[in-house]
Amino acid sequence: MATAQDISVLDSAARAAQAVEDAADIHGEKMVLNMGPSHPATHGVLRIVLELDGELITKADPDVGYLHRGDEKIAENMTYTQFIPYTDRLDYLAPLANNVAYALAVEKLLGIHDKLPPRCQYIRVMCCELARISSHLLGLGAFAMDTGAVTVFLLTFTEREKIYNLAEAASGARLTTSYTRIGGLMRDVPPNWCDMVRQFLKEFDVALKEAHTLLTRNRIWVDRLRDLGVVSKEMAIDYGLSGPNLRGSGVNWDLRKNQPYLCYKDLDFEVALGSVGDCYDRYLVRMEEMRQSMRILEQCVNKIPGGAENKSNEPVNIPDGKITLPSKSKVLSSMEELIHQFMLVTEGVNCPPGEVYFGHENPKGELGFYINSKGGGVPYRLKIRAPSFINLSILGELMPGAMISDVPVILGSLDFVMGESDR
Amino acid sequence: MSALESANKIKAKFGDLVSEPTEFRGELTLKIADSEKIYDVCAYAKSIGYDYLVDISSIDNYGEDPRWTMVYHLRSIVNGGYELVLKADVSEEKSEVPSVLPVWRTANWHEREVYDMMGIRFGGHPDLRRILMWEGYPYFPLRKDFPLAGKPTDLPGVAFTKVTPLEGGPFVTLPSSGDSIAREPRVRTPEDAEPGISDQRLVDGKLK
Repeated sequence: MATAQDISVLDSAARAAQAVEDAADIHGEKMVLNMGPSHPATHGVLRIVLELDGELITKADPDVGYLHRGDEKIAENMTYTQFIPYTDRLDYLAPLANNVAYALAVEKLLGIHDKLPPRCQYIRVMCCELARISSHLLGLGAFAMDTGAVTVFLLTFTEREKIYNLAEAASGARLTTSYTRIGGLMRDVPPNWCDMVRQFLKEFDVALKEAHTLLTRNRIWVDRLRDLGVVSKEMAIDYGLSGPNLRGSGVNWDLRKNQPYLCYKDLDFEVALGSVGDCYDRYLVRMEEMRQSMRILEQCVNKIPGGAENKSNEPVNIPDGKITLPSKSKVLSSMEELIHQFMLVTEGVNCPPGEVYFGHENPKGELGFYINSKGGGVPYRLKIRAPSFINLSILGELMPGAMISDVPVILGSLDFVMGESDR
Repeated sequence: MSALESANKIKAKFGDLVSEPTEFRGELTLKIADSEKIYDVCAYAKSIGYDYLVDISSIDNYGEDPRWTMVYHLRSIVNGGYELVLKADVSEEKSEVPSVLPVWRTANWHEREVYDMMGIRFGGHPDLRRILMWEGYPYFPLRKDFPLAGKPTDLPGVAFTKVTPLEGGPFVTLPSSGDSIAREPRVRTPEDAEPGISDQRLVDGKLK
C-alpha cells in the first residue's frame, strides 16, 4: 500500500528563484535554448523555448502548432460520417478510442447514445481498452527510452504489435481504423476475435509484469522520477488536466466512473490514483490503468452478448434506417432501403438542431467533442477538446527549477501526442 | 447541490443578465446577455463550486448579428461532477471579451486558441499570442468567410533547393505558396502549369 507523502510545493517563480539562489556563487549569462520541434524526446513536433541558467531552467515557453491541419475547419465541410477517418489522426496512438468518442458525441446529438445495442457497446468498450493499453504502452516505452532504459521500449512494442493485429482483424486497418459508424460499427468482430483477445491478455500479462520488474523498483528510474514535475491537486484541476495526469495528482475523476457511458457501469474496475502528483505517480497510474484495462477486457470477452461467434445474431447497429446503412443484400431489392442508403450516403445522418458536448475518457485524458448543429448532415461547428493540448499548457509552470536532463522525464510523464494537440 | 440548483443560484445572483436555464440532452445552458459580464459570472460560478473549466469554444454566426458566440463548459469536480454551459454573444465591431484567466489558469491556452482561430480578443489576457498558427499570420482560419482551401500567403512557400524526382508530373503536389486547390495533386500536363502557380519551375515543358 502506498501511503501519502507530504512535500512542500513551491510555485514556479519561487522554485526558479530558489534554484538561482542555490547557484548564486556562479554568475553567468542566461542562455536561450530551442528544444524541438524536431527532438526525439518531444515525441512529435513540440518546440520548447528554454531559458537556462547553466543547466537550470528558469523559464520555459512551449510552442505548439507544427502539426496543425485544421481538423475543426475540415469537419464543418463534410458529413458526420465522413469525419470519422479524421478522428483516427487525432491521437494516432489510440485511433479506436477516438472513433468511439466521436461516434458517441454525434449519437448524443441524435439522442441515441444510451440506446445502442448491447453487443455494440461491449465491442466499443473493448476497442477503447485495447487502445488505452496500446497508448500507455507506447507512452511507457518512449518514456523509459528517453530516461535511458531501452529494453522496455522493445518489450512494449512487441505487445503493441499484437494490439495492431487485433485492430486489423476487427476493422481491416492497423492504424487508421475508422471502426465506428454513427449508430454502430463498421462490422461485427470476426468469430475468433474474442479468442485472440484472450490470447493477447495471457501474453500481455507476462510482458507487463516484466516491464514492472524492470522499472518500478529500479533505483535509477525511481531517483529520476521521484519528486520531479510535481502537480498538486489544486493545480491539476486549475490547469484542466485530465486522464492519468489528473489522477496522478490524486483527483478521483474518471469519466468511465463519474459519467458512465456505454456498458462501463456493468463492468468492475478500479480507478488508479496517485498521491503526490510527481512523475513517478503518473507512471504508476498508467501501469495500474493497464492492469485495470486487462480486467475490463477479460470481463468483456466473457460477457459479450451473443458470445464470441454471435450465434444468436445480436445486432451491432441501431435498427434505424435513417441512421445506419441497410444491409447490402436489401439495398438492391427493396425500395425503402435503397432510398435510405442513397440519403445517408449523399446527405449524411440527419441530426437535429442543437448543441452537445461529449467528453470521453481517452488514454491521454478527456477527449471532448462540442458539436453545434443547425440541423442536417453537416455540423455547423465542431470543437475538439484535445487532452494533450491542455495537458501541455502546464509545461510553463512545471519546467522552471528543473534541469535540462529532467525535461525528457517531465515530457514523458505527461504523455502527450502532437497530432491531437495541434489538431 | 445539483446542476439545476446551481444554475438557479447564478440566475438569482445576476437577475436579468442571465437567461433561464435551458436543457438539451441533459446539458444545462445559461445565456449571458452582456458579454462584458462573462468574467463576473465565471468568478461567481467558481465560488459556488465550478472548479474545472472543461473547454472554451467560439462560434462564427456569419451573416448574423452579433457575429460571435462564446461557449464555456464548466464542471464541478469537487461536488461530484455536474456541468453547466455558459454562452454569450459578442458583436463583430467589438470582438473582445474579458479574459477568465484569473478564474481558471487553463483558460490561458483556450483563449489564445480562440484568438488565433477566430480573432476574438480577450481583455486582460497577459500573453495573447497566436498558438497554432505562426506569429504574423494575417488571417483567422476558422471564420466562415475563410475558404477551406486556404489563402495564398506572401511567405516564400518553397523551402526546397532541389527539384523532387517526380516534380511537374501528374498526381504530384506542386511546390508553391498558393492555396491548396492550386497545389493539389491532379491530372496535369506540362501545358497546364499556369504562371504564378508553381513558382515557374516548368518552362517550355521542361524542368528548370
